[in-house]
Formats: sequence, structure tokens, C-alpha cells
Amino acid sequence: MVTTPALPDEQRARRIAAEVPDPELPMLTLADLGVLREVRTTPDGTVVASLTPTYSGCPAMAEMRADVAARLHAAGFAQVEIRTVLDPPWSTDRISPEGRRKLREHGIAPPGRAPRKAAGPVPLVLGATRQAVPCPRCGSTDTEQTSRFSATACRSLWRCHACLEPFEHVKEL
Amino acid sequence: MSSTEAADDDHVYLSLAEGHDDGDARWAFGTGFSDPLHGVDTAVPDAVDGSALAAVCLALGDDALVASQRLAEWCTRAPELEEEVALANIGLDLLGQARMLYARCGQVDGTDRREDAYAYFRAPADFRNVALVELPNGDFALSIARLLILSTWRLALLSRLAGTSDPVLAAIAAKAVPELTYHRQYAADWVVRLGDGTEESHRRMRAALRELAPYVEELLTATGDTVPGILAAPDTGTEAVREETLGVLRQVLAAAGLDLPERPAAPYRGRGGEHTEHLAPLLEELQSVAREHPEATW
Ligand SMILES: [Zn+2]
Repeated sequence: MVTTPALPDEQRARRIAAEVPDPELPMLTLADLGVLREVRTTPDGTVVASLTPTYSGCPAMAEMRADVAARLHAAGFAQVEIRTVLDPPWSTDRISPEGRRKLREHGIAPPGRAPRKAAGPVPLVLGATRQAVPCPRCGSTDTEQTSRFSATACRSLWRCHACLEPFEHVKEL
Repeated sequence: MSSTEAADDDHVYLSLAEGHDDGDARWAFGTGFSDPLHGVDTAVPDAVDGSALAAVCLALGDDALVASQRLAEWCTRAPELEEEVALANIGLDLLGQARMLYARCGQVDGTDRREDAYAYFRAPADFRNVALVELPNGDFALSIARLLILSTWRLALLSRLAGTSDPVLAAIAAKAVPELTYHRQYAADWVVRLGDGTEESHRRMRAALRELAPYVEELLTATGDTVPGILAAPDTGTEAVREETLGVLRQVLAAAGLDLPERPAAPYRGRGGEHTEHLAPLLEELQSVAREHPEATW
């Protein structure tokens, strides 16, 4: 690990926490994914890192918490406190441009803009086509969803009619 | 539950092997079953009635836990791999909602219990879920029809609870809304596909709706000390939730060439702890390992 003694503690802690990879999409860091909300230090030197879960049932949340704490401890921060932040809820809109680029590079179609929450009942649209997801390999929009869920709750399964390859898509949430 | 990719597995094993020196003992029956509300501000606003809040969290948590257990029973039994994965993921979302609701319940009901105490160490009569969620899975049509009814009602209710005066319940509800939107969409698409499909699929979906119709009323009229009784935000309440639920069901069933048959309500009062004979065996399976090794950690 490269030591950067010139950095103030808070900045150093933030950098370390930001670089922790996501357990389910390991090409992304927690910062890329947007689940790292805040890292700050208190006057007594405690590092307080705030994380937000992606899905309610995300089985990786405890791993993320433990990974962040372990890396901060390994970097010499003795006192680490991890907080869970539920509000405002995580959205795929929080995935950074850098994160989207990495997803595409790994053959995963990044999410489009999450649906806007209007006031009142959540509308249900039956049948008909929904959004067109461009193929991360060839860019064609001649694609079709083959399954609403893939290996994890956050991804759906698609097929490209142009290059005939299957691919995953991070669902808008 | 996790990804099937080798790289992901490697990472999971690595992070387990790294050793977490955070002092958190792990519940023995899964990785990472530590407090799902870890570090959330747990204060209860003065205006909120703690026991009513606890009752709502418990009822909604029990609905989700029992429904998720039924969904998990589809593992290795679903008609196609894609549907198996979908049902498992929906169950996982509901399990996550249950965990947070139980954790909140334990903070406000005065017992200071943790989620495991609610899931593993309560008797059937202490559960407050509606009968709808405990009925056996039946065929795929029945499970899908039940999922449509449950997710439609739950979405209608939780989208309103997102504005409730307890900030933790409001946040749990807000987080669940996009998940439930997805569950409802999945179930609705399947109900239309089966209802508007072959003669056999139509027949089965019709039979499923006939079997489930008596259990809908319990969801919509749960009263007093339970769910709609404590809706604190304006513009919420039993009537609005009922209207939205029935409206969406009518929309889906019309597109499927079906309707919800008029049938007398089933005699169960799950919100009061009066359950069908199906809940006890479900819980026995769910709770068996935890009860054999109470308080086990690793
Ligand atoms: Zn392509």
C-alpha cells in the first residue's frame, strides 16, 4: 500500500473507504456504486463512515461494512464507526460516470435514469415495450430482455440481436 | 444467494478470510446477519405512539418473512431457471424488508429484542401476518396470483408509509417502494400471460384467483391496533389503500381476461394471531436450526 502521510486523516480515510470494492460487482468501488455516503473524522480521531444499502435484502451489506472497517483499521485508524443511512434511499442514479464506464467495459449495460417518483399511486404499465437497453458490446439497441432477474437482484438478463451475445443490465432503481 | 461468477466468489472468500476485527460476532446461520439498522439513529419522535408503531412493524415484517419463506420453497421447483431466480430474488427483497422491520420493532416495543428473536423464537400465535401469505404455494399460477395481490397491497400501503411520522419506518418503506414496484410488475406480467395464454393456463389462473379471493379482505380491512390504524401521514388510510389495491387488481385481471370472484371472506384473523393450520409447519422448518443451536455464533 502506498503511504501518503501528507494527507490529513479525514482525506486519507475517505480515500481508503472509497477504494473498497463492491462484493457483488467487484469491478466497482463502493464510491463508484454510490453506497459510500460520507466519511469524516471526529475530534477524538474516530473515523465515521456512512453506507447506504442498495436493496433491502442486499446480502452484501454486512460484508461491505466489515470490509470498510477492516481496511481502515489496517491503515492505522484505531477507532472506526460504520453507520447505515437509509434516507434518502439508494438509487442507481448514484452510480458515478466512472462506475458506468467500468460496467460497460465489463460487458454489463449500465442503468439509464431511474424513473422519477411522482406524487400519488405508483402507476402500473402492462405489456408494451419498456426502455431500450443498448448492447454494451456493439452498442446496438436491437436488444431484448430475457429475464427480469439475473445472478443478483440488481441485474436483469438481456440478449443482443445484432451481435447475438447475452449481457447483463443493472436495473434502474 | 450471491453471484455465480468465480471472481465474485473469490472476493467473498477473500473478504471472509481477511478476518474482520470489528468485534461483531456473527450469527451462525449465514454470513452477515448483523443488525440491519446498524448505526441508524433510533430515537422515536415524541408524537409517535411506540406500541402502535411496533405493531405495524411486526405485522409488515411477519407478512414479508412468511411470504419470503414460501417463495424460497420454489428453489429447485420453478418451471424455468429464470423464474426460479426471479422468485428467489423477490423473496430476498422481502426478507430484507422483514429484517429492518423487526429491528425497528425491537427498538420501539420496549423489549429491546433483535431480529432473530422475532424470526426464530416466537410461536405461531405470536405471528401477525395475514393468512394469505401462509397458504401453501400450490401451482405456479397460485403463487403468482398471491404475489400480485400481496405486492399490490403492500406497495399501496408502503408508498403512503414513506410519509409517516416515524423517520425509520418512513425510510424502510421508501426503500421498499421501488422493490415492490418491480415485484408487482413481474407478477402482473405473468398473470396476464397465463390468463391470456392457453386454455390450461387460463383455467389454472382462474382457479388460483377463486382460491385466493377469500383472503383478500383480511389485507384490506386490517383494523385498529394493526396496520392502517396508525397511519399518521395525511392522505393515507384504509380507504385509499383499498381503492388503489382493488383498482390495480381490476386493471391487471381485465387485461388477463379474468376477474376476482366474489366469495365470502375466510374466517382467519392473522393480525390477531389466529392462523391457518399451514403456518405452524412453515415456522417449524424456518426455525428448526436456530432452535437447535440457540445463540450460536461464529
Ligand atoms: Zn451486441
